[in-house]
Amino acid sequence: MSARADLLLELADDELILGWRDSEWTGIAPFLEEDVAFSSIAQNEIGHARALYELAAAELGTTADELAFDRAPDEYRCAPLVELRRLEWARTIARHWLYETADAIRLEALKGCDDIELAGLAAKIDREELYHRMHAEMWVDRLLGSDEGRAKLDEALVELWPYALGVLDDDLRPELVRRVEDRLGRTMPAAEPVRRGDHVAELRELLEEMTSVRRSAPGAEW
Amino acid sequence: MPDRIYEVFRMERKGQPLQHAGSFHAPDDRFAEAYAREFYARRHESAALWVVPRSAVTTIEDFGDELDTSYRRVDGYSLKVRLREARRRVAEGG
Repeated sequence: MSARADLLLELADDELILGWRDSEWTGIAPFLEEDVAFSSIAQNEIGHARALYELAAAELGTTADELAFDRAPDEYRCAPLVELRRLEWARTIARHWLYETADAIRLEALKGCDDIELAGLAAKIDREELYHRMHAEMWVDRLLGSDEGRAKLDEALVELWPYALGVLDDDLRPELVRRVEDRLGRTMPAAEPVRRGDHVAELRELLEEMTSVRRSAPGAEW
Repeated sequence: MPDRIYEVFRMERKGQPLQHAGSFHAPDDRFAEAYAREFYARRHESAALWVVPRSAVTTIEDFGDELDTSYRRVDGYSLKVRLREARRRVAEGG
């Protein structure tokens, strides 16, 4: 597989799996308005995944659906950060904010790349991610605004930090450290990044559920 | 947690008047902006939104009519009969 297809699958898998995890809040978010808003963000992420899979599919001679649903668990290239199942609001917000911060750095780099198609798609995705970042930032401020919220967010950020470091490659990672530390006004613990390919156990469960309907009627046109 | 109610007014197309679209709860103005975008503009169905805390709205709904002032309303007099009468007189050469 080309380096380009590889990169497209990394990006697409991140967005698909994060979209899936975020959608687990649908119906049970802390209050109704947030339920609708967070579900909408989850849908956006899955929309981004589709657009990225389509670019990859054109190159690999397959379809977006086959890439999203028909691969073996080991073939997924998502970062373990998005695979984690953490149905706890402070952890969800911590993951959301860490991911959006990392994703912004990655998209900025992609927008300036020589691949016109990819740069164009990155710009399009980034225009929507702007609102995801707004959402993540307002929640971070909300949690930082009380002692209880700050303590919970802090604990979650420290727990997820090694995973967040694994979203970006060696070139872009230092920028993530800089932005996170600037924003929080603290130094983050030195940690070994949890890298792509080191899937966490709960990914298998997610894929099992996500592909169950498709597997129930192999080859069907939906 | 959400302790404020916001009212949303929506302009469907540029130049049209804003119309009341609905309301929701949000903890503060920032959340209200984010939610308004998600609820009323996600599908590009709005050209503009006004997001207003309900507490900023002055409601007036007590309109006393102790002394019958129906004569101030356009439907106070029936013009139909008078017009018909006037037309008849004109037709008859006045």
